[in-house]
Order: sequence, then structure tokens, then C-alpha cells
Amino acid sequence: MSTATIALRDEVIRLDQTESREARRARLSSGGLMAGIGLVLLVLAFRTKGEARYALSGYFDAVQLPTFSLPGLPTVLVCGLITLAVGAGFLGGRLNPRLRAGAATLAGIAVMLGLVTWAASGVGLPFQISNQLAGTIALATPLVLGTLGGVLCENSGVVNVAIEGQFLVAAFTAATVGSVTKSIPMALVAAVIAGVLMAAMLAVFAIRYIVDQVVLGVVLNLFASGLTGFIFDQLVQPNSSQLNSAPIMQAIPIPLLSSIPLLGPVLFNQTILVYLAILSVFLVAFLLYRTRWGLRVRSVGEHPEAADTVGISVRAVRWQAVLLGGVFAGLGGAFFTIGSTGAFNKDITVGNGFIALAALIMGRWHPVRAALMAVFFGFVTQLATQLQSLSTPMPSQFLLMLPYIATVIAVAGLIGRSRGPAADGVPYTK
Amino acid sequence: MTNDTSGLRLRGITKRFGTFTANDAVDLDVVPGEIHCLLGENGAGKSTLMNVLYGLYQPDGGQILIEGVPQKFTNPKQAMAAGIGMVHQHFMLVEPFTVAENMMLGNEGGFVLDKNAARAKVRELAERYKMPVEPDAVIEELPVGVQQRVEILKALANDAKYLIFDEPTAVLTPQEIDELMAVMQVLRDEGKAIVFITHKLREVRAIADRITVMRRGKIVGHAEPGTSEADLAELMVGRAVDLRIAKSAPAAQDVRLQVRDLKVANAAGGIVVDGVSFDVRGGEILCVAGVQGNGQSELADALIGNIPPLSGTLTLDGVDITRARPAATIGAGMGFVPEDREDDGFVGTFSVAENLVLNRVTQAPFSRGVALDLGAIAANAEKLKDEFDIRTQAVSSPISSLSGGNKQKVILARELSRDLSLLVASQPTRGVDVGAIEFLHRRIVEERDKGTAVLLVSTELDEVEALADRVLVMYRGKVVGVVGPDTPRDVMGLMMAGASHEEAVRAAAEQPTPLVEQVHEAAVHHTEASEGQEGNR
Repeated sequence: MSTATIALRDEVIRLDQTESREARRARLSSGGLMAGIGLVLLVLAFRTKGEARYALSGYFDAVQLPTFSLPGLPTVLVCGLITLAVGAGFLGGRLNPRLRAGAATLAGIAVMLGLVTWAASGVGLPFQISNQLAGTIALATPLVLGTLGGVLCENSGVVNVAIEGQFLVAAFTAATVGSVTKSIPMALVAAVIAGVLMAAMLAVFAIRYIVDQVVLGVVLNLFASGLTGFIFDQLVQPNSSQLNSAPIMQAIPIPLLSSIPLLGPVLFNQTILVYLAILSVFLVAFLLYRTRWGLRVRSVGEHPEAADTVGISVRAVRWQAVLLGGVFAGLGGAFFTIGSTGAFNKDITVGNGFIALAALIMGRWHPVRAALMAVFFGFVTQLATQLQSLSTPMPSQFLLMLPYIATVIAVAGLIGRSRGPAADGVPYTK
Repeated sequence: MTNDTSGLRLRGITKRFGTFTANDAVDLDVVPGEIHCLLGENGAGKSTLMNVLYGLYQPDGGQILIEGVPQKFTNPKQAMAAGIGMVHQHFMLVEPFTVAENMMLGNEGGFVLDKNAARAKVRELAERYKMPVEPDAVIEELPVGVQQRVEILKALANDAKYLIFDEPTAVLTPQEIDELMAVMQVLRDEGKAIVFITHKLREVRAIADRITVMRRGKIVGHAEPGTSEADLAELMVGRAVDLRIAKSAPAAQDVRLQVRDLKVANAAGGIVVDGVSFDVRGGEILCVAGVQGNGQSELADALIGNIPPLSGTLTLDGVDITRARPAATIGAGMGFVPEDREDDGFVGTFSVAENLVLNRVTQAPFSRGVALDLGAIAANAEKLKDEFDIRTQAVSSPISSLSGGNKQKVILARELSRDLSLLVASQPTRGVDVGAIEFLHRRIVEERDKGTAVLLVSTELDEVEALADRVLVMYRGKVVGVVGPDTPRDVMGLMMAGASHEEAVRAAAEQPTPLVEQVHEAAVHHTEASEGQEGNR
């Protein structure tokens, strides 16, 4: 046979392309969603009165930036039209695929701006942008740490539904140890140990005893809630002055950087946990993609047999990844007590562990993307709080639903089906 | 080193799983510079033996000797250290990783990955063994043949002396098989000892220096490389086997399936069937031949109604079925043997009897109103079990407990037990034993003789030659040509690579040398050259 056949085999066959079914579905659903929201904004525009004021600085900031105003009706109208146009562009398929990401971002910003302008119009108080940013960071910190714990765990092939439980036990431990020792470092170390112990329970049942990992995660969450609730009722509550009054982490301003207007205090005048969370994103990304250990973690999460045949102990690597994940989840949990009020309360983590899990999936199991998703959730949650304080026409129950609605929309429409590690949740037995 | 102790020797290896003896006192000698073929049907114990050798299983008895020294492997790492490399049937490659990452896995060097060193190592190995691969290519984006190249390089990476190829051709196209054979010959000539596990007779005859046949866990005989395929098959199966079933000339009848300008896209949006037109008459077998991934699978999926076509028309017995869903095409008399038996052919946890009525379960006599008639389902199963020689303990056993050949018999029995106007069969004998192939082929020809139109999709030239009345060759979604079944193999091979019939005939006449030998020669020169260099050092 001719040499031509040899040459043919090396090249990847390229065919004429039409749109894939999945891409089409994602395009149509996100287009429909945007068009729908655009229409809602258009309706809202004609019910918008007066103007919306935006404050760039908090009341007590050293440098006061100006407060500016946007006219209500025109702004909401334009935002609605932009969203509608992008939605129509998606639906009609006329939009150049390369421009789609940019257009979707534009529509996203338009939706936010339109919504906030509508809500803040005709209200006496200005919308505090600095508050919005600071709140986003605060809310995102535990989410980022939790999602990183999940990233490590799930990249090794162990599904972690128990981030919530890890948070809860770590939050409790940080509060009690902090109260007894009056030391932030001790409380942090205790929280990490608690997170690792919870991770060890996950590991021993998932890896050693091959329990269904989703069921196991649910059980661990219930266990964490029951255990902390019980001890809290029996022991901590009656002695709350000794056992439930931990010191609170203080913000550590970074010289120079923290005095940048607007962004300075938001990013560079934060507690040690916030800095740790930011560093952890890069640390986990480095570990997973640049080190021998990370290569092995990803290989046992994708194709454990392949790892086994080159002499890698699948179970050992999974144990390591799950336990290290517990470290980050423990740090995240500490934020709920010593990072905020210093006191523990029953089920203080209120579902944040599940939001971290959602961020993990939406971030497609990648540390940086997952962390960005966590920040997005923090942003939406803070937006809901801010709008509530403006006494907007929206019912507060609806506002509380906002982060979760955003989750569903983002998962269903904008992200589409995402593929995780191939052996995620599959126990390895020889 | 005496001749008695050189190489790798297995002595009396016994491996039991519960009461089942997978390997019963097996002896095997693997000598440097030789390709030793281990021939046997699925389930004969070949893979178990190799897994013992590779440290994945611990033997219950017997010894592994390398150069006369007894070895004990409790994990693959030890086997690798002793110079054993394995090319697995299901590649041990991490799909989202690059070639370099896969090659370095388990042997990464320092804590921080040195990807440049890994790339250099890949290039060096690829150069040394003349197996070009791109270090930064991601595995899942590579054709299967190139993936296997990576798997081979991985086995060679730590200077393996003994190479095990576990059914390496099962996933390859005819051209890729040729190329693999050439690579194996090069490695043999370099002095590697090779074990080649297969159940394909043609390959054995083409390449083996020594043949050992296994059946039911035991060595049942040795054969010379020149042994005829019929004799090898008899040794392997334990009885005489018809390799080429008798088949009369087709009785020309009316066109039953008409395909016009069909365009189909795959899930990723690639147009994989591009303007295909053909007819299938009643009483003839039209074979769709082509290298895997040239649109045949999607063509079959479009016929049954799994993928709606982008454009074109499909007509079955004068009825338009272009946009019909599977329920409608099945109702119109289409029988369908899917390419991926395990995923699409049956429900693994259902019983054989239930699987036999899977697409007719709502019809009489198998159901009355909302209730199933379990008696009728069981009676149907008993009848088909005898008729199709389905080997199962009971028709109530789950189908997943059956061998591949018997699973396929269940699927074929289910389809052929209806009155068909068209049978679409994709790779009906992939991964099936020689004995079962004979049976399946006979049933397909019998169905043709009843006047059914048969569309057979196959990448196996043996199968195409054995069954086809006409052969339609597909390449990159287009029909290259329709030829007779007596077209020479090398012409067919060239057409499968995209050459038109005339071009293929001309090229085959000009260049009669088979690919195997060409590559072989080139590689031998290379080996001599590199040996010369070593001498200079």
C-alpha cells in the first residue's frame, strides 16, 4: 500500500462542521433566558421612577469618592434592550460564536445594572458599591476555601457532598477552642484538624469501605449537624461566656495597597483568612497542574487502573487528596465563627457547603474557575442583602432566593453539561 | 547463559477464582528475538495468564523465571522493574492528559513537574523506535492507532525486554493493524521477546515465530507458523470450524431501502455522513466498509432513527422513514444490531428472556393490556435459545453473565425473530469467538435468503469478504465507490484510505509490496544505523 495511507493516519480527521446538538441546546436555552430577562426589564423600566444613586465610598472611608446618579427609566430601558438584543442574537444564531462570550458578559452586566437601578430608583439611600464589593469578598471567602477542598477531593475521584459538614464541625471547633484559648492561631489550627478529621471519615468509608459516596456525604452532613447541635445544646449554650465567645480575627491592612480608593480597603484590608483563601487558589492550581503529586491525583481521578499499572497506589493518593481537601474546608469553616461574630450557632453554615459544591461543578473541577464561581455566588448573595436594605419593591423572600435562582440558571443554561473527572465517585477495587 | 534458562519462562502457573480454574498448570517460554503468539478464544485464560505475569494477579501455583531466576511479582511496578512491559487491550492512558504527561506518570522525577524533560524523553523514544507522536497532543483527541503507539512507547520507556501485547488489534483498523505488525517485527529484530495475544488467525499466521494455543485455561497445543487457518481454528475451538460459510449468489429483487443525499452530523456537530446515496435490494447483503470513524456508525444511527438527518431522504419499502423515531422504524420492519453491544444492545441486569422481547414487549403475545404475559416471554426465550444456540444456564439469568458471542446471539435472535424488511447490523462479530462468528454469519446469510435486505457495517475485511454481495466503501463521510466482494484486499484498503477504485487499482498494481514489509525494511536500516553509533562510542 502507498505511503499516503501512513501520512493519513497521523492527522486528526477534520470534517465540515455544523453546530453540535449540545451547543445548540445551550445556545437556545441561554438565549431564551436572556431574552426573557430582557423582557422583564423592559416591563420594569416603565415602573421605574426617579433616579438611582450609586455611592462609591462608604460613610467612614478616609477618601470620599463622589456619589453619582443614573436616570431610572432610561437606564433600565437600555439595559433591558441590550439583554433582549443579546438574547435574540443567541436565539437567532446570528451572533458570531467568537463574540458570544463577550456578549453574554455584557448582557450579564446589563441585567445586574438594570435590576439594581430599578430597585434603587426613587429610594432615598444610595446603593453602596464599596459595601457590595466588601460583602462579596466576605461571603466568598469560605466558599472559595470550601470549593478548593472539593476540587482536591473530587479530582482524586472521591465525590465530596460533605463540604457543609466539614464547615460546620470546623466552625464549631474554632469557636470553642478560640473561646478557651483566646488565641486565633490555636482556633485556626483546631478548625483545620476538625476539617481533616471529617475528611478522614469521608475517606475511610468512601475509599476503604466503598460506601456510596453521595449517600455517605449526606449522612456526614447530618452527623455534623447533629453532633455540633447536641454539644452546643448540652455544653456550650449553658456556658456560653466560657465556651462560645471566641476572639474575632482583625483586619490586617497591607501598607500602601490598602489606601487605594475603592478597591484598596476591599482587597487589602482583610483578615488573614481572606489572604489565605486568595493564596490557596494559586497553591491548589500549582499543586494540581505543576507537581508530581497533582499529576498523580488527577490520574487516579481519571483512570485509576492506568495509575495502578505504573505503580501508583490509588488508595494512598486518594487519601492524601481527601485529607488535604479537609485542610481547606476546615479553614473555610473557621470563617463562620472566628471570621465573623466569634460565636457558634446551630447550623451556622446555612447551606454554604452546598453552594461551594455548586461552585465546584460550575467551575468544572478547576481550582481557578471554581474560585471565580464562588466569588460570583458571594456577589449575588451580597446583592440580595444590599437590595433588601434599600427597601425595594421586590419582596424580601424573593431576594433571599436570588443566589439560588442564579445557581440554577447558571448551571442549567449558561454552563451546560460539564464533565468531571471520569472516575469521580467510582471506588477502586482490584 | 544456557539455552535452558534464557528468556522468560512460566512453569506450571495455576490461577483459580473461587472454584473456577482460569489457568491450569500453564507453561510458556518467551525468548528474545521471537514473537510468541498466544492464541485462544475469549475466556480461554490468556489475559489471566498475562495479568499474573504482570503482577496484577498472584498465582496459586507455579513459577515465573527470568534468565533462570525465580521471580515474585506482587504489583506491576516489580514486573516492570524486571523488564516486563505490557500493551493493554484497554489502553492504560489518562485521556485528558497529554502524551508527555502519560509517559511521565509514575516516573515523574522531582516534585515539580519538568515537562520539558518529559517532552524530550517522548521525542527520543519516538525517534528511536520510529513511532512518531507529538508530546503535547492530548490523548483523547488522537486516533486509536496513535493512542496505541503511545501505549507501546510507554511500555518501552523503561527498557522493557519482554513485551506483552494483549489483544492489541481488537480496536484497530486494517491499516493500523498492518502498521502495528511492522512495529512488532522491528521490536523483535531489536531483540525484544514478545508475547502476542489474539484470537485472529490471519494475524497469527502473518507474524508468529511460535504459536501456543490455549483452551479453557490449559495449553492444548503448539503449532508451526505455517499452520493453516482451519487447523488453528480447530485447535482453538476444539472442533472443525467453517471459516468461510457457503453462500449462494444473491437472488436479485426489488429495492427495499433507498438512501438519497443523506447528511448526518455527529454529536459534536461534525458532518460525518455527507451526501450519501445508495440502494439495498431484498435478498442481498450490502457491506459498508471503511476505517472506523468514517461515518458508518452515524449512518446506521440515522437509519434506525437515533439521529435525525440534516437533509436527504430514507425510504423503506416505499415508505418515507427519514424522520421516523426508532419505535417507528422498528415497526416498519427494521432490525438493528448496534455497534456497541454493551451500551446499546441490551439491558445488562435484565434476564435473557426479557432482553429477547425488549423491542416488542408492548405487543401481543408478550403483553395483555398493561400486564406482561410472563409465560409467553419465557416460551419465546426457550424457543430462541434452542434455535440460536444461546449458551446460558437459564433464560432467567441476567444477560450480563453471558459471553460476548452469546450476548450477540441474543441480540440477533431478538431482531431475527420478527419479520424484517431490512436488517442493519453494525460490527456484528466484534470481540466474538471464532465459533460464534461462524454461527452469526450463517444466520445473517439465511436472513438474506429469506428476501430481507441486509446492510452490514464492518471494519473487518475478513467479514466483508465472507458476507458481502456488494461493498460500499466510505471515507470521511462520502461514498468512495461500490465494488464487488472479490475486489483484492490491497485495492479495498486503498479505497478505505480515500482513493477511488481506478486509482486504487493502479496504485496496487504499481506497488505490490505490502505495507508491513516496507516499514519493516525502513526500520531495520534504522536499527543497524543506531547499533553502529553505539559501537563508535
